[in-house]
Amino acid sequence: MMRLPPFRYIAPTSVSEAAKILKEEGPCAMLVAGGTDLLANMKRGQQTPEILISLSNIKSLHDVSNSSGLTLGAGLTLGSLLENDSIRDSHTGLWQAAGVVATPLLRNTATIGGNICLDTRCSYYNQNEDWRKAINNCLKKDGDTCWVATTSKTCRAVSSTDTAPALISLGARVRLVSADAERIVEMKDLYQDDGANYLQRHSNEVLTEVILEPLVGWRSTYWKLRRRGSFDFPILSVAAAVQTDGGGTIEDARIVLGAVSSLPLLSTEATEFLVGKKLDDDVIEETGHIMAKLAKPRGNTDLTPIWRKKMVPSFVNHALRELRGDDVRELRKRIAHQARG
Amino acid sequence: MSGSKKVQLHLNVNNEDMHVLVESSKTLLEVLREDLTLTGTKHGCELGECGACTVLKDGKPVLSCLLLALECEDAQIETIEGLADKDQLHPLQLAFAQHGGLQCGYCTPGMLMTAKALLENEARPTRAQIREALSGNLCRCTGYQQVIESVEEAAITIEETENSAAGVKS
Ligand SMILES: Cc1cc2nc3c(=O)[nH]c(=O)nc-3n(C[C@H](O)[C@H](O)[C@H](O)COP(=O)(O)OP(=O)(O)OC[C@H]3O[C@@H](n4cnc5c(N)ncnc54)[C@H](O)[C@@H]3O)c2cc1C
Ligand code: SF4
Ligand code: FES
Ligand code: FES
Repeated sequence: MMRLPPFRYIAPTSVSEAAKILKEEGPCAMLVAGGTDLLANMKRGQQTPEILISLSNIKSLHDVSNSSGLTLGAGLTLGSLLENDSIRDSHTGLWQAAGVVATPLLRNTATIGGNICLDTRCSYYNQNEDWRKAINNCLKKDGDTCWVATTSKTCRAVSSTDTAPALISLGARVRLVSADAERIVEMKDLYQDDGANYLQRHSNEVLTEVILEPLVGWRSTYWKLRRRGSFDFPILSVAAAVQTDGGGTIEDARIVLGAVSSLPLLSTEATEFLVGKKLDDDVIEETGHIMAKLAKPRGNTDLTPIWRKKMVPSFVNHALRELRGDDVRELRKRIAHQARG
Repeated sequence: MSGSKKVQLHLNVNNEDMHVLVESSKTLLEVLREDLTLTGTKHGCELGECGACTVLKDGKPVLSCLLLALECEDAQIETIEGLADKDQLHPLQLAFAQHGGLQCGYCTPGMLMTAKALLENEARPTRAQIREALSGNLCRCTGYQQVIESVEEAAITIEETENSAAGVKS
């Protein structure tokens, strides 16, 4: 049996209690929601909290409200999100992204908050302890070299969350609550370009909810590249959301790349380029090139970086053609089930 | 290193109330297999990748290898040991046996529990729905085709039994 290392388990019933414990215990305590990321990492010795603060008994983290816009409790499972038809209709990209996270079994426990905070991944890091020891560990934990970019002073592990790019494209914000303060942060500012320290969240903060403004005239979509059709972490993803007037002219747009850097990449250049235009073939083509410039895939995931970069314009194309109204259902099915390189 | 502290846990397994003293760092899989000696639930990868450890928690299929036992306080857990009704095999078990839905059998307890939850939600699932529901249950032997046919067959049997019990002509 692959055992979890020993830890102390506390299951508070309110956010304030959880925040208080985080403050008192400091960084040796970690929050656990579904545990589908953290517990696996603990078994491999990648993360070694002495105290686990479970969020599952905090009822308020399971609330959904769509009175004005949409507010999602961080503790909602991805499975329950997928059962919500109104989210599918109003926030399609998020719904599609949630639907390709892990497997249906994992989605019954995996939460949206955990997905947003998901640890970054790297083929030199997501290994067992002996394997990592054999290469003298790496910058992300216990070592001093990054094996992917040996001259880099920063870990380049990959942001692998599926829902974050979708949420950023929808302009989402998150509420972060600590024992002494509370703040709301735009999802686009939640991440930073350091695979070892990838969140702007302070270690004493609980992410309590995701806040989405009402979306009038917006359409959104999510496209994910992975080797296996059944389940796999993304190795490239495109989340696109576009707001158009009645005539199809773009009023606002957000295109985000996932899994080709240590953080999801929102392109301001693409937004500037798209506003005032219509999604004709040339515009879509050019947006693909703009997005490809942004991608910085490295050799620390499945498939080659060159190929992942080459796929960016194609995936942007599929996404924007879908948002324009083209029927891409067959293509989506084929790509979702037959990604290969 | 000494193990974690032991804590009293109450759960209901296969319709039986149980009180167990468990190490707080144990997963549900470890408690089922080691403390309750219910070894029908299998351990494969123990990292969430294979589905061998699938059990139902409050009716939903979950991976017991990535679920802390303490998160199951007062939960209803169903494992493969509770699937048959005494000597009467569940239609899914019969169908898997008849259609070659298993070879070595290691993935089977997990497959059966996932399939049970599917059929409770969707009496006559399409092939696509079966594939999607079972996409987290890996099998090295069958090639999946027989598994899917077994689930389809079981769905028909269950529907026919229910119809005849209700006196409806099928
Ligand atoms: C086989 C397998 C395949 C997977 N495939 C995918 C995939 O394709 N795409 C994908 O995105 N993920 C994938 N995952 C990872 C994981 O299952 C999901 O990201 C899941 O949504 C994580 O949520 P959780 O609730 O289980 O997180 P947990 O494991 O509980 O937590 C993850 C991290 O977030 C922190 N955290 C959790 N909740 C909060 C909160 N409210 N406030 C602050 N911090 C918090 C935890 O401290 C921890 O660091 C996969 C996992 C496995 C095992
Ligand atoms: S990117 Fe470099 S430092 Fe980061 S996990 Fe991979 S090898 Fe380690
Ligand atoms: S043993 Fe739990 S998923 Fe493999
Ligand atoms: S029957 Fe052998 S793994 Fe499925």
